[in-house]
Amino acid sequence: MAVVSSPRKAVFNRLAIVGVLIATIVFLAPIYWIASTAFKPRELATTVPPTVFFTPEITPFIKLFVKRVQMTKPVDKATYDAAPWWEQRIYDGGERVLRTGGAVQLSAYPDRFMNSLIVAVISTILAVGFGTFTAYGFSRFKMAGEADLLFFILSTRMLPPIVVAIPMFLMYRAVGLNDTHVGLIILYVAFNLSFSVWLMKGFMDEIPKEYEEAALVDGYSRMQAFFKIVLPEAATGIAATAVFCFITAWNEYAFALMLTNRRAQTAPPFIPSQLGSGLPDWTTIAAGTVLFLLPVAIFTFVLRKHLLRGVTFGAIRK
Amino acid sequence: MANVRLDKVTKQFGAHTAVRDLSLDIADGEFFVLLGPTGAGKTTILRLIAGLDKPTAGRIVLGGEDMSDWTVAQRDVALVFQYYSLYPRYTVRQNLEFPLKSKVHSYSRAEIDERIERASKILRISHLLERKTDRLSGGEMQRVAIGRAIVREPRVFLMDEPLSNLDAKLREALRAELKDLQMKLGGTFLFVTHDQIEAMSMGDKVGVLNDGQIAQVGTPQEIYNRPRDTFVATFVGSPAMNLVPGDLAGGKVTAIDGKLVVPVNGHAGSAQAGGVTLGFRSEDIRVGPDEATEAVVHDVENHGVEQIVTLRIGGHLVKATVPANVPVTVESKVRFGVDAAKVHCFDAKTGVNLTAG
Repeated sequence: MAVVSSPRKAVFNRLAIVGVLIATIVFLAPIYWIASTAFKPRELATTVPPTVFFTPEITPFIKLFVKRVQMTKPVDKATYDAAPWWEQRIYDGGERVLRTGGAVQLSAYPDRFMNSLIVAVISTILAVGFGTFTAYGFSRFKMAGEADLLFFILSTRMLPPIVVAIPMFLMYRAVGLNDTHVGLIILYVAFNLSFSVWLMKGFMDEIPKEYEEAALVDGYSRMQAFFKIVLPEAATGIAATAVFCFITAWNEYAFALMLTNRRAQTAPPFIPSQLGSGLPDWTTIAAGTVLFLLPVAIFTFVLRKHLLRGVTFGAIRK
Repeated sequence: MANVRLDKVTKQFGAHTAVRDLSLDIADGEFFVLLGPTGAGKTTILRLIAGLDKPTAGRIVLGGEDMSDWTVAQRDVALVFQYYSLYPRYTVRQNLEFPLKSKVHSYSRAEIDERIERASKILRISHLLERKTDRLSGGEMQRVAIGRAIVREPRVFLMDEPLSNLDAKLREALRAELKDLQMKLGGTFLFVTHDQIEAMSMGDKVGVLNDGQIAQVGTPQEIYNRPRDTFVATFVGSPAMNLVPGDLAGGKVTAIDGKLVVPVNGHAGSAQAGGVTLGFRSEDIRVGPDEATEAVVHDVENHGVEQIVTLRIGGHLVKATVPANVPVTVESKVRFGVDAAKVHCFDAKTGVNLTAG
């Protein structure tokens, strides 16, 4: 901490810390809620008032990954004793694990999770890649109607996407993109491209063009100069843009719900579909959500330095 | 190494004309300084030669070959930028080997190392080779930037005010070094500056640029002693040449309300009588009790070995260089005269020097 210069400033600093602390608690409370629910016994998940102290268990995560069915009559003692510990937890909940032959049937969750990863990663790479090249072009070359083109790119974000949901659905069905990875990837690239172009243009504008000119004079082509000099300089911007695009694609719910149902379904529409019959099993849903949060959290954490720079870019000058 | 020829080159940026119908010849192995105020088009000319910009009209010829359709890389020139523009995240060594690793050349590892060693020895940056460029001082950065130019053997060295961001001491030192370097390498240098001291001290030849056009090309002595017009006369020399309006008649110029009368020689003597501008440098003024014209000391600037005295005659101010040991006090009366052999007589309308011819 810097040396505090005056008592008034000291008081202000304390107040600021208290304010930040309160804000942090407010923002983290839902995450705490979902995370704690994921480890609760099912009967404690919906108590009023909420249960704060409980013995954590991992039954919700076990349930998340195996296919189960409600039992009509209780399991007999011999079978119960012969079952492994995790299967006993399922029996305790009045359900049994489905098997084909001797093998446990996995639930659809790992597949849906994988779909989310495939769609989000590929669409992010494409959106950021196209965005970087496009932004470089806009930043470095004069072209006719440059401002209009940039505005056109931005205008693709002015319409709330859900407005076009039904035409999108009909078109996708007509061309057979329904329930395909490619379909979702195209959609998310289109969502993110305008954002990626604008953000990357800001970063490109900040890279002095003298670097490339020096490389040109030193005997390199424009393409070589771009890859050797510009791209490493733009790494921060690329990382920040990638985080934003990834989060958007990862979290998207409405179109994924409408355009996919089995093969290419992503995790967001899948998790609530697990509400199941009878009483909703909130603990399993919470477990699915917690696992779903992890990739974004890890990705953001790894790139946090760039992200901070990305959020404040423009404010920093050399 | 090669000579450079600009043939009626014009460059327009939208409605703005940066370079206007400019022709220039730079001989092989010459240290040519392009001198001009900010916005005169100096940097544009360098960029045109390097190929970073394309001329709107005219040709650029390097070593006898028309460069118009050549790419930047093919031209094989070296350019030192005003703001160094060293590659960030690279070490000094990586910066120096960058031009050598281009596909245009194909140097072996041993040759690259040898060239880097030679260049860094000349520029005294051998101890900095493994350092990152953001850990360098301004002078070191500029040395590395120059090093990046000299590791290969370009046809021409182009330098865009490379010393202007350095402090005075360093600038003086690097000025001498650069001139020395050019002697050693024997290359063709085109050095752009707005600093007339750099131009006078380094250039084999100086081209004075005004508003996208060449005002005068010559040796530093020619530029200083025989300025072709009032622009060159006032731009070169510190303090600037004194210019006062006068009338030419019968081989004499009468100026400052008849208080200063100077005989003029050369072509001006036979020129048509009429309004002229009389020009004389501060060091060509003598101050003493026997001189013809009376003036009041307006201001004194002490420069150590000499002092620049501003004289007031009526409504006119004239600067004179006086030895430091001559006592002058502000608002005292002095007498002065002008060395008739050194005065210049400019056409009042066109500004062209009538004396030099």
